[in-house]
Amino acid sequence: MKIKAQLGMVMNLDKCLGCHTCSIPCKNVWTNRTGAEYIWYNNVETKPGIGYPKRWENQDQWEGGWTLGKKGLALRSGGAAKKLAKIFHNPDLPRIDDYYEPWSYDYEKLTGSPELKHQPSARPKSLITGENMRVQWGPNWEDDLAGANVTGLDDVNFAGLEKEIYLQFKNVFMLYLPRICEHCLNPACVASCPSGALYKRDEDGIVLVDQERCRGWRFCVSGCPYKKVYYNWKTGRSEKCLFCYPRIEAGLPTLCAESCVGRIRYIGVMLYDAERVPAAAAAARDGDLYSAQTDLFLDANDPAVASAAATAGIAAHMIDAAKNSPVYKLAVEWRLALPPHPEFRTLPMVWYIPPLSPLVNLSEKVGAAGIIDRLRIPIKYLANLLAAGDEAPVRLALKRLMALRTYMRSKQLAKSPDAAVLEDAGLSPDEAEKMYRLLAIAKYGERFVIPTAQREGVENLHRERGQCGFPPQSQGRKDE
Amino acid sequence: MRKEDFLSALRFFKPRVEREQKEKLAEGWAEVQTGGRSWEDYHRSRWQYDKVVRSTHGVNCTGSCSWNVYVKDGIIVWETQRGDYPSCGPQSPDYEPRGCPRGATFSWYVYSPVRVKYPYMRSVLLQMWQEARQAHSDPVAAWRSIVEDPVKVGEYRRARGKGGLVRVSWDQAVDLIAASLVHTIQKYGPDRIFGFTPIPAMSMVCYASGARFLSLIGASMVSFYDWYCDLPPASPQIWGDQTDVPVSGDWFNATYMIVWGTNLPMTRTPDAHFYSEARYRGAKVAAVAPDYAEYVKFADTWLPARAGTDGALAMAMAFVILKEFYIDRAAPYFMEYARQYTDLPFVVILAEQDGRYVSDRFLRACDLQPGVVDHGEWKTVVFDGASGAYVVPNGSIGFRWEDTGKWNIHLKDSESGTPIEPDLSFAEDLAQWVQAGFPMFEAGGSRIKEGAVPVKRIRLQDKEVLVTTVFDLMAANLGIDRGHGGQCPRDYDDPLPYTPAWQEAITGVPREDAIRVAREFAQNAELTRGKSMIFLGAGTNHWYHSDMNYRAIISLTQLCGCQGVNGGGWAHYVGQEKVRPLAGWQNVAFGLDWLRPPRQHNGTSFFYFGTDQWRYENIDAEELISPLSRGHEAKHLADYNVLAARLGWLPSYPQFDRSPLGICREAEQNGAQTDEQIIKYCVEKLKSGELKFAMEDPAAPVNYPRLLFLWRSNLLGASGKGHEYFLKHLLGTENAVLNEENQSVPFSEMDPKPADPDGKLDLLVTLEFRMSTSALYSDVVLPAATWYEMHDISTTDLHPFIHPFNPAIEPPWETKTNWDQFKAIAERFSELASVHLGVQKDLVATPMMHDSPAELAQPLGKVKDWKKGEIEAIPGESMPKLQVVTRDFPNAYKMMTSLGPLVEKAGIGAKGISWESGEEYEKLKEILGRVTDEGISRGRPDLTSARQVAETILTLSPETNPRVAARAWQSLEKKTGLDLSHFCRGGDGESLRFADIDAQPRKVLTSPTWSGIEDETRSYSPFVINIEEKIPFRTLTGRAQFYQDHEWMLAFGEGLPLYRPPLDMQLLGSTRIDRLRGQGKELVLNYLTPHSKWSIHSTYSDTLTMLSLFRGGEAIWLNNEDASELEVKDNDWVECFNVNGVVMAKAVVSHRIPRGKAFMYHAQERLINTPGSKISHQRGGTHNSVTRIFMKPTQMIGGYAHLSYGFNYYGPTGAQRDEAVVVRRAGEVEWYED
Repeated sequence: MKIKAQLGMVMNLDKCLGCHTCSIPCKNVWTNRTGAEYIWYNNVETKPGIGYPKRWENQDQWEGGWTLGKKGLALRSGGAAKKLAKIFHNPDLPRIDDYYEPWSYDYEKLTGSPELKHQPSARPKSLITGENMRVQWGPNWEDDLAGANVTGLDDVNFAGLEKEIYLQFKNVFMLYLPRICEHCLNPACVASCPSGALYKRDEDGIVLVDQERCRGWRFCVSGCPYKKVYYNWKTGRSEKCLFCYPRIEAGLPTLCAESCVGRIRYIGVMLYDAERVPAAAAAARDGDLYSAQTDLFLDANDPAVASAAATAGIAAHMIDAAKNSPVYKLAVEWRLALPPHPEFRTLPMVWYIPPLSPLVNLSEKVGAAGIIDRLRIPIKYLANLLAAGDEAPVRLALKRLMALRTYMRSKQLAKSPDAAVLEDAGLSPDEAEKMYRLLAIAKYGERFVIPTAQREGVENLHRERGQCGFPPQSQGRKDE
Repeated sequence: MRKEDFLSALRFFKPRVEREQKEKLAEGWAEVQTGGRSWEDYHRSRWQYDKVVRSTHGVNCTGSCSWNVYVKDGIIVWETQRGDYPSCGPQSPDYEPRGCPRGATFSWYVYSPVRVKYPYMRSVLLQMWQEARQAHSDPVAAWRSIVEDPVKVGEYRRARGKGGLVRVSWDQAVDLIAASLVHTIQKYGPDRIFGFTPIPAMSMVCYASGARFLSLIGASMVSFYDWYCDLPPASPQIWGDQTDVPVSGDWFNATYMIVWGTNLPMTRTPDAHFYSEARYRGAKVAAVAPDYAEYVKFADTWLPARAGTDGALAMAMAFVILKEFYIDRAAPYFMEYARQYTDLPFVVILAEQDGRYVSDRFLRACDLQPGVVDHGEWKTVVFDGASGAYVVPNGSIGFRWEDTGKWNIHLKDSESGTPIEPDLSFAEDLAQWVQAGFPMFEAGGSRIKEGAVPVKRIRLQDKEVLVTTVFDLMAANLGIDRGHGGQCPRDYDDPLPYTPAWQEAITGVPREDAIRVAREFAQNAELTRGKSMIFLGAGTNHWYHSDMNYRAIISLTQLCGCQGVNGGGWAHYVGQEKVRPLAGWQNVAFGLDWLRPPRQHNGTSFFYFGTDQWRYENIDAEELISPLSRGHEAKHLADYNVLAARLGWLPSYPQFDRSPLGICREAEQNGAQTDEQIIKYCVEKLKSGELKFAMEDPAAPVNYPRLLFLWRSNLLGASGKGHEYFLKHLLGTENAVLNEENQSVPFSEMDPKPADPDGKLDLLVTLEFRMSTSALYSDVVLPAATWYEMHDISTTDLHPFIHPFNPAIEPPWETKTNWDQFKAIAERFSELASVHLGVQKDLVATPMMHDSPAELAQPLGKVKDWKKGEIEAIPGESMPKLQVVTRDFPNAYKMMTSLGPLVEKAGIGAKGISWESGEEYEKLKEILGRVTDEGISRGRPDLTSARQVAETILTLSPETNPRVAARAWQSLEKKTGLDLSHFCRGGDGESLRFADIDAQPRKVLTSPTWSGIEDETRSYSPFVINIEEKIPFRTLTGRAQFYQDHEWMLAFGEGLPLYRPPLDMQLLGSTRIDRLRGQGKELVLNYLTPHSKWSIHSTYSDTLTMLSLFRGGEAIWLNNEDASELEVKDNDWVECFNVNGVVMAKAVVSHRIPRGKAFMYHAQERLINTPGSKISHQRGGTHNSVTRIFMKPTQMIGGYAHLSYGFNYYGPTGAQRDEAVVVRRAGEVEWYED
């Protein structure tokens, strides 16, 4: 066993407002600069739809992630030799139009126009060519199902469903999917980099592109099946969501999580067995990947695990945080949260609680089990998104959400609460209370359990205190 | 590829030589790295910053979210939410974080290319001004030389909106503005000057800046809440209260929610989590929405009612609830609630008409004992089951304005004080039943339906009449079969009104869903004693018959005892706002510390007349009135407004067809020596017809509004419904009005002279930070500080906190805060005024105000017109109140910048109660410092800075000063005869100071200005104080009123809640433009303008971030099948037009939208990505280019208890959502860049 600690995130899609507040501070702080105009470390998509970049989920097109071949796990786009062969032309790279052509406007016209025949108005101008342009796609083009009656036909999550039925008013459904980098346990981007510029931080598992080492080959861009590494045309380097490590190190949540007004995001520490990662990623069937990954996670409240973690050099406060990890509770203990597209085999670490939706064809009496099949969002659709097509984990999560609501309702309205409905969903009243607290009351300190960074590894902290913030050695600092 | 890049490529094959330790994982595919990571400082140093300041966004959204604003290297770089609101306790989610994507982009504006950095003036006007100033050393003479020259006037008005703005100095801009003010006052009077700024709560000092200055000089502020059609007139009609709603934290206490036309995730983004979280507490959710709106996503049931038909669904639900919970079984909680808190047991007189009965007015004390009881016309009656007698209970409005301590709603006989048990119904074994007629409105017209009503006979003076209860009328109107005949449906499947089957045909909602939701809503309320909640908003409120939609929906909450209960009742969320420290704020904002009363106009009437929309009015009131109405003479809708002004119901400014200063001079020249004699002189002139209301002849130049100031407002780009009419008739510039004046409805009260092609306004001034449409069309644009550059305070309805704005940087370039902008204007104005104006008397006409004794002006709801000799002309009773105010124009600046003596002498107050504030006045002298300049302000509290104004508001208001709160409660104790001392605890505490709310947002105190209780253990919910303390609703009966007995209400068939279908705008000719029709495939669609996801009104709509996150410019949503019929694909240009104008936009095609509807989300300006229109040969329009407003006469009623005017409180709303448009493909577009 090789215990590692990693920060994970859970997003409760049942609470997501689709408001995009998460995207904005992220954009403002990290990608509000030349070369990064089209880059959204955090974006939100409306489903059904094809998203940003277009059809990112369709690996038949992009060849991202991993595949299980005869010789075991391999990058779907091929190994080093194949990479070298296409190092100057990578056919799997999305083009700018697959993201969107970034634009601005000649805003100056509004204040600066001389007197004209017509009222001035600012036209869109391409930020690439500077020319007038017709805006044709964006980072959120399909918001609230805009155009989705057509684009939805290309949504891979409809596999096994008659999609046309769901793309008409009568059977309309929608959900939101906020997305950041998955900071995978088995990151295809890291494996794809010819320059060794990507790495996963030992202390918290955050996956980064070293901006000094990146050479702009962009194999990380094509290798990532979530299309969450981006190429900055100005710096000539790739960049990606950094899980706001400068904030995380201070014990603060990421900007996207801090600003989430739907309060859907949870951040917590996960302990896992790194030794078993290759085997988990190479699970025989796609449908096994979810449980294979879940099995990697270790229960920090198990004294044996805690002590093994301490032996492995994991800091005490990290282990304590893992004991209170909301991510562990939601993903492992209660099985409410599920990994997006586990079939990409990267073992993603940002998971989702599937959403409930309005019931259709409702008669007066339906049992708890029956209700799940009357949800407007087809179970199969969610299963394709979150469980490689396996409906069972999705059913369990939705059933538990519904059971929680039914139980809590009985507590408000009846003298004796209805515990039977919980039992049916495999929950105890105590567990239901805890779930209620985390999902509904959701205090800040319970949504985010983030230890501050352990900096004791720095050679001389006493000296560093006086020097941190001054330019590093490479830029003239001489005292190291 | 460069050489070094190629070489570095080879690194792929080389072992790495750096110092860091690497560890391979996943069989060598992945690696972790532990050293050599100094590059990570790259992101750390980006995150580092120099300063964080607490501020917020003063935008009309009810968010009131506290934000951190970050300064790095002296630049505002970004913002994040500040989550340090006081906790809601361990059992509730907290208000954390608050914010939304729009607010998060605000820092974009600070240095953006749309920032207004300098004062601007249109070049053609500047040139005239420079020439005039050369010719005239006196700026007033210079201005006169321009505005009295019709050629010049036409020239600069026609140039409005077409670019040509050039930089001027502040001195130049202020000189011209001050001159225009002086000239207008001199020539026409101050009531020709107007200020428009909305929603004080979002930045109260900024609102107060211009409002204070303009009020002091006698100009009129224009209301916004009614004009926006966000005011739900049903609220004053039912409760006598503008709008009071739960904080979002109280949603969490609800166990049943119906969300009905308010898109919580999209428009109440910071609050919506309470909605999603309440579900885990066990709340069931039903969503009523025509489209699959964002809020539907969270519902258990979706009721896709056709837009505008919500009233029908509500009536069917009321049918189910009344039948199952009142008639078939009397649910005890509902009975108990209805008896005490609603008008259901109150007795109504039936009148005989055409062989049947119709409901007339409430029975009163004056009917039972003529002349015996004080205010007997204002005291309503119940039948006491215990004593078997008619009784006048405590609490009706007649008790409000007498000091008898009986203005409370304890169920007591007001004469004897003995407890009573009012009968809800007269249906008993031996009751007599009669057939009564009820009006019934359907898509095709109206008819009479009959219902059986149990009655009692009562002898009144010389005649015997039949009476019944409001409850019995409700049951009969709904058509519930009580076994005594009438046109009653057999069961729920019988499609007679108002059954679930009947509504199914209208709304499209399956009857079984309507029945189930109604039943669940009521069952839940019975089990929880009222914790069923209905969320309402623009989707249900923005209709012509919004009040009837709302009355039908709210009746469900009343019937189920949900109002005044935490977790229950209505939750109206559109445009509502709460200036929590109201008393202190309004005192400062309207200059009440110096002069009273201020002029305050209702926006809908102002714009209806000011933009000549009345010329195109084609609704025939005949079509609106009740089939049961007898003797009500239908008028042109504008005539109703003229009558409402004449009778003192609604304000009307300009007042008369001559200057209100001139009238006083004229009266004095004719011998008037006192104010009373001036007023008498004026009344005589009005009676003789020598003096007319300006409204009677709005096309006469003397009656034009002349100057308009816009700040914190984008009237032309956001709220100006009938946009093209604004351009044509108010501004006199190019426009796309395709309409022709309507000649079919005759005028009886006004003179429809031809319109002036040059418009009306002499000067339009916008004070703004962004180049909005309003700024673009203004003559002068003054650069404003942003919300990150000023001091102010913010509150909202949605949370209980008060928190500040702070400057992160000083206002950059030549920008100034609103307070400093108006100070600059006031200072120059005062200089010019001392030469030109001096001190003058001003005759101010105001309507009979709600919450003042004048609400008892016109008894029994009977309309009597002094002009027709039906009643004597008495100011403040049968006509507007007239008061003489002495205007000290030269001292306007000194008054604006110091707190005046009336705070000390006359006290302050709100909503009908007032208290002394001498103590605070003294304290403010110390807190703010005393003015040291000579003159009238010397020694008074200093209001030079915005922060001082904020401190004043905090010190004077009961919500923020416990000593004031104690005094306010004592004042209410006196009025009600109730012991309210438990609210006065903490009366010795300290007032909040600005520094306190800067340290942390603070919870406000429970105050009698509002109706909810806010403390550690419970969240604010409206009317909780009324219910728990027995304080009356401010209505005629003192209870929540189902029944409205005013003569006009009955004439229009709106005595009881009922369904009125949307206006048929196709029939009314909106799309009847034959010359433009039939060119390609077209569809006529109902045009809806819900609030937008990518802006708050027009603010943020131009930020690149918001534009990038959707379609980059104006967009109209269409259903996919409709689009395919039109051969329109997603993202094609479409043109959308009707008689009002044209809008060009991209089509957004989606199966989320129902057929037959075009959704153009609100406040899309034509500033960004808007091509030309081949129809108008101009640039495509705004979202309001195809709208026009429709006035509703019943909302003009005044002088009658709760149906009395209040600024932003009651009055006609600017409804626009019934509108129809033609949509078709635009093909290739042209950009009109010349």
